[in-house]
Amino acid sequence: MSALAPPRAATVRESTGANRTGPSPGRRRRRTPPLSWLRRWVSPLAIVVVWQLLSNAGVIPEQKLASPLQILATARDLVADGTLGSETVVSLQRVGLGFAIGASAGVALAVLAGLSRLGEDAVDPPMQMLRTLPHFGLIPLFIVWLGIGEAPKIALIALGVAFPLYLNTFAGIRSIDRRFLEAARTLHLNRRQRLRHVVVPGAVPQALVGLRQSLGVAWLSLIVAETVSASSGLGYLINHAREFLQTDVIVVGLAVYSILGLVTDAIVRALERKALAWRP
Amino acid sequence: MASVTRTARVAQVRDHHRSYGDTAVLQGVDLDIAGGEFVALLGRSGSGKSTLLRSLAGLDASPASEVQVDGRTSVSFQEPRLLPWRRVTENVGLALLSTARPEERARRAATALGEVGLTEKGEEWPLSLSGGQAQRVSLARALVSEPDLLLLDEPFSALDALTRIEMHRLVLQLWARHEPAVLLVTHDVDEALMLADRVLVLDEGRLAHEWTLPTPRHARTPTHPHLSEVREQVLAALGVQTVDQKAAGAA
Repeated sequence: MSALAPPRAATVRESTGANRTGPSPGRRRRRTPPLSWLRRWVSPLAIVVVWQLLSNAGVIPEQKLASPLQILATARDLVADGTLGSETVVSLQRVGLGFAIGASAGVALAVLAGLSRLGEDAVDPPMQMLRTLPHFGLIPLFIVWLGIGEAPKIALIALGVAFPLYLNTFAGIRSIDRRFLEAARTLHLNRRQRLRHVVVPGAVPQALVGLRQSLGVAWLSLIVAETVSASSGLGYLINHAREFLQTDVIVVGLAVYSILGLVTDAIVRALERKALAWRP
Repeated sequence: MASVTRTARVAQVRDHHRSYGDTAVLQGVDLDIAGGEFVALLGRSGSGKSTLLRSLAGLDASPASEVQVDGRTSVSFQEPRLLPWRRVTENVGLALLSTARPEERARRAATALGEVGLTEKGEEWPLSLSGGQAQRVSLARALVSEPDLLLLDEPFSALDALTRIEMHRLVLQLWARHEPAVLLVTHDVDEALMLADRVLVLDEGRLAHEWTLPTPRHARTPTHPHLSEVREQVLAALGVQTVDQKAAGAA
């Protein structure tokens, strides 16, 4: 056994280095050995097993938190009768629409402010003042203005999305190395060509940071909006279950929220890999 | 062809003034550059060498009565200034964006890369190149559009000594092939004496001194009598004391 110890210790060290999130120099060079990937699943599984045992023993009452097996069964039922699917689609539509509106507005304003001094003077001051406002604080006003239908939810998501995208895209445009713009002029590129080949690609890295932030805000805004009031969607599913103490349904709803968040994060990461391939 | 282009004047600068705030940088510069001529412009730091180059490049707007360039210019800077998000071939092709179709751009960019010996780097990203390679790509990008006036702003000063020698040879080779007029801004006297037809020194905002170098380039060695004489004169014009003068001053 003792002969096995040193290489195993080395495997552990490698795995912690390779699994760290964010751009670390070791990420690309080192391959994670399959064994250590498995090892990382041991403790989460153990927690689930202990949870199940405690539920079986009656230590965790079902009204407070359903058991993992119960939750799995409920998830299967909700998928089978189509409830989960249809409510998820409703929530996805809200996020999609809110994100589309907020992202278009944020990027459009950033381009306006980024490309002209006049635009900056007109757009940036109100944006900088409004960005300190916690947008969830606007819910009462939105309800007064827009009622309790779809409009206030979409408005809340759009508002939350617009700011991180605006701030980052604007900063991205303004941080472009002036020397590249100068080089483009010596290559006799016209304004449109300079935009396409220098300004837009130069602003993309920072804009992608904004995209990631704004997607996080979008999901958060959806959850808050649906929790405040909803007659459909995942938030409705959860709130409805609360009234009947169906903790299994609540957990299933939460799981779907986090899966959707993970999926969008994976999409953005794939996008970043493709768009930033030029970085060493 | 060569004799025709060499007679035409490419750039004409007359009584050119430029100042930054209260600091007058250029105070009445006069300069003519003939087609195909290789001119080196020397001067101490802050003498306005790069300012004059920027005027000729059209980066700082100047009245047409002061600065006039006939034909196309292109610039290679001290830093290669390749767009990091465009592949090497695309970077070279940028110079042809308004003048050539995509297929022709790619073909001419590949030819230009071949001329600087980097055919195999065409699909690489600029940030993966070494300093010398990036500077060669920058030269290819500057020449692919067949400019009438090539402006070189200290393009070799950030390179190591051996790479610099290679670059000198490459520049002469490319100059002989494409026959642009060249204005090389540098602070390296020996570089100027190796490469140029004519050496100018910018002093107090004016082109105060000028030397013509008739010696063929293959015969230019550090011990060449005329060149070493010019070298002393250029250094004196730049305010560099030679060893003899220092000794005399100390005694």
